[in-house]
Amino acid sequence: MMEIMEGSHAVAEIVKRCRPQVVSAYPITPQTHIVEDLAQMVASCELDAEYITVESEFSALSACLGASAAGSRVYSATTSQGLILMAEVCFNAAGMRLPIVMTIANRSLGAPLSIWNDQQDTIALRDSGWLQFYAEDNQEIADLHMIAYKVCEDHDILLPAFVCFDGFILTHTYEPVDLPSQEEVDAYLPAFTPYHRLDAAKPLSMGMYATPDYYMEFRYEIDRAMYRARDAFIKAGREFGEQFGRDYSGLVEGYRLDDADVALIAMGSICGTVKDAVDEMRDAGKKVGLLKIRTYRPFPGPEIVEALKGVSTVAVLDKNISLGNGGAVGTEVKSALYGTGISVYDYIIALGGRDVRKRDIAAVVDLAEKGEGDMFYGLRTEVL
Amino acid sequence: MAEEKQDVELFSAGHRACGGCGPALAARLLLKATGKNVIVVASTGCMEVFSTPYPETAWEVPWIHSLFENAAAVASGIEASLKKQGRSEKIVCICGDGATFDIGVLCISGAFERGHDITYICYDNEAYMNTGIQRSGATPYGASTTTSPTGTCAPGGNPLPKKDMPAILAAHGAPYVATASIAYPNDFVKKVERAINTPGPCYIQVHTPCCTGWGFESRDTIAISKLAINTGLWVNYEIVNGVVEKAKKVRRVPVEEYLEKQKRFRHLFRPARQDAEIAKIQAIADANAEKFGIDIKLRKPAE
Repeated sequence: MMEIMEGSHAVAEIVKRCRPQVVSAYPITPQTHIVEDLAQMVASCELDAEYITVESEFSALSACLGASAAGSRVYSATTSQGLILMAEVCFNAAGMRLPIVMTIANRSLGAPLSIWNDQQDTIALRDSGWLQFYAEDNQEIADLHMIAYKVCEDHDILLPAFVCFDGFILTHTYEPVDLPSQEEVDAYLPAFTPYHRLDAAKPLSMGMYATPDYYMEFRYEIDRAMYRARDAFIKAGREFGEQFGRDYSGLVEGYRLDDADVALIAMGSICGTVKDAVDEMRDAGKKVGLLKIRTYRPFPGPEIVEALKGVSTVAVLDKNISLGNGGAVGTEVKSALYGTGISVYDYIIALGGRDVRKRDIAAVVDLAEKGEGDMFYGLRTEVL
Repeated sequence: MAEEKQDVELFSAGHRACGGCGPALAARLLLKATGKNVIVVASTGCMEVFSTPYPETAWEVPWIHSLFENAAAVASGIEASLKKQGRSEKIVCICGDGATFDIGVLCISGAFERGHDITYICYDNEAYMNTGIQRSGATPYGASTTTSPTGTCAPGGNPLPKKDMPAILAAHGAPYVATASIAYPNDFVKKVERAINTPGPCYIQVHTPCCTGWGFESRDTIAISKLAINTGLWVNYEIVNGVVEKAKKVRRVPVEEYLEKQKRFRHLFRPARQDAEIAKIQAIADANAEKFGIDIKLRKPAE
């Protein structure tokens, strides 16, 4: 049933229906509404879970790690500084192959302190071994949680996932969302079956140390699982479409790309603005389209190459900056398109919550067409 | 120790600990106390490294290691999970003093404040031994480590006192806090049994001399442990619901009988004897004896 609801509430409602047995989180803006809602659901007996009110994000994810190792489906949510405080546990959880699902309300990183949106936090952890899914709107963020549990808990994958949506822009925005019922979620997402767990009846050691004779093979196995997650996501997304009518079988999603000369590439809520800008540019006779990246990890390199056949120019909108080397998405898109002859330009945009309007998207396209790129867009030069 | 406990061996031989390793003995005794129905949570450190080089493990019970500083938080999650599943395993953390006194305090404080039903055991060898004998918050006053070395400007070694972790954990409202020593295995085993059977977060700090880090012969581990007790520099006691109980009484001997046998205190005797520093350490032992009331009869120092 379609309801108007806040993005954070949509996440809490769908997480509840995914039946996590242990929830552990620490409050941080703009993630708070999600964990407040879940705490209330536990208090009201709507959600049968242990809710651990930890003293830090570091402990939040550590507790999830322990609970997952003991055999429970777990959930956490965080953003920004909280995610960076968790960084050590993030790498560890992926290495231990624990299928933890965590919502990220994407937010910038200090200094200077900023509570507003960009995607620097999850991009900073791109090499941690977590799957990374980015939602365009509140419907997609709700749906991606169900898909995330399905993919992560697949015994051929066994990796954790960041399910990302833009802080404030989506977390605090009311949109129509069609939430599946508990029965529908149960039909899509089976109960968690751990591949292995801590159990006195069947002792095993988890998290042992590896000498140089073994370490590389562990890393290789994680990398292989990340590649297998491509197909697992496509399969889970297709099944989702069959059951709910919203298809997520694409690691990327094209919008008016068919005869496009210029393609914009973006992740997250900015895609909505880009689509409107594309429509206006199309109306004005410009052959422009959008390629939305839904899964940043695994990175959809082959899908990008396939989707951009026939395109001559690409403009990547990066809501992050790998300081000293441009935007992370742009860098990887350039790598994927190496040898195709397509011109790729990168634009650092909307850092720290700077607003992006349709005319900004049109301006970026103009710059790309002129061959001007690999730059910050929208700088206030008067305050530099 | 009851005979059936003596026969229980869940910590396998063949691990990589040094001969005379105090922590290895603590691990063996720990599992005699817990039996099989336990989940062990380890911190990064000597014990983790010497007992679990992949693909071998010395642990014949479920065991998990995540990071250096998060064992208490990992244990919190395991406890929540077991509660939800209706399972009965006891949860025991076994972590070094660096993981406990220093880098893990945040996670430990959180876990104890929340009241999880876990037992946290610190095997205290009084420095970061896995990385090569660096000072921790558990390093006693006057000990030389690689980061509290002696020199012309620092003739006394570590200038800071040992942190009082049992008091800190007791102040969290822990129902049972105890100190123990591998020199008294029955006492340690009994304390572990009591801790795991006490609902709520319990803390045991077990003194585990490190022959490599402290600088004594590997055959002397137990003798050194006993001297720590007999000098009053280590006191075995229990804190039950915040009240100190059952401190082990001893006929104390002067601290230098303990100090002079260890390389980490050698600077107090050579090249020149540092009477003032030795007196300060004696004062620490005297204060311990006074605080815990452990003196049976003070023997006069040898002439």
